[in-house]
Amino acid sequence: MDAVWGDNVAQNIAFYAIAIPMVVAALRVVTTKNVVHAALYLVVVLLGVAAQFIVLGAEFIAATQVLVYVGAIVVLLLFGVMLTRARLGHDAEVDNEPAQRLAGGLVAVVLFALMTFAVFDQWQDVTLPEERYQSVAVVSDSIFSTYLVPFEATSVLLLAALIGAIVLARRD
Amino acid sequence: MLLTNFLLLSSLLFCIGVYGVLARKNGVLVLMSIELILNAVNINLVAFGVITGTISGHVFALFIVAVAAAEVGVGLALVILIYRNRRSIDLNELDLMKG
Repeated sequence: MDAVWGDNVAQNIAFYAIAIPMVVAALRVVTTKNVVHAALYLVVVLLGVAAQFIVLGAEFIAATQVLVYVGAIVVLLLFGVMLTRARLGHDAEVDNEPAQRLAGGLVAVVLFALMTFAVFDQWQDVTLPEERYQSVAVVSDSIFSTYLVPFEATSVLLLAALIGAIVLARRD
Repeated sequence: MLLTNFLLLSSLLFCIGVYGVLARKNGVLVLMSIELILNAVNINLVAFGVITGTISGHVFALFIVAVAAAEVGVGLALVILIYRNRRSIDLNELDLMKG
């Protein structure tokens, strides 16, 4: 029993209750013909990822995930949908031809089989520690001491991306 | 609870994202599939950070969130530029650089 469930059944139930809707929604993101529905299913996946972060005790990243992904990136994607005048509603023109979809499915299945083998080969029976709460103070101490240089590099990257996006998308 | 739970969920999301990148021809939908891939990697990083007992996994996940935001900004600018020039975001028609 322990080999399947680990040692904390309640956490496992929480994990699967979050994971199953996530996977279903992720499958809908890549299969639905409606572009707006795909963005809304993506919101379900991103909120599920945030919930998994809370199960892992990473509350700050969970909050960041909700703010940045659900609050900003999905809105950006919906802007993209509207600015490119995608057909709202059913749109048959979003998928590649069946041969390429079959090849993509084959690649995904083989990749998943390989990764499943590798994961079980290396990490089987490794259990997460019971105490895994990481407070915001620890994260911020780490960012502003050990990872200060990458943090500043990230700010430069965001500025460069912002200027680049403006230059690309403006009308002149 | 077991580490493999999170690793398998992450690889499943990653593979779904790979399928989405290969099977779609709408530019915005390909960007959404790339978001799935980045999120799968984030789950992995945080899970490994918990296993090693360090904060590095969390910090790297934060950096990936920032990079994903930048990526979506530039990617959407490109998609809008392509749409303005060609009236379509069908990625199969983008064969200008094909040899």
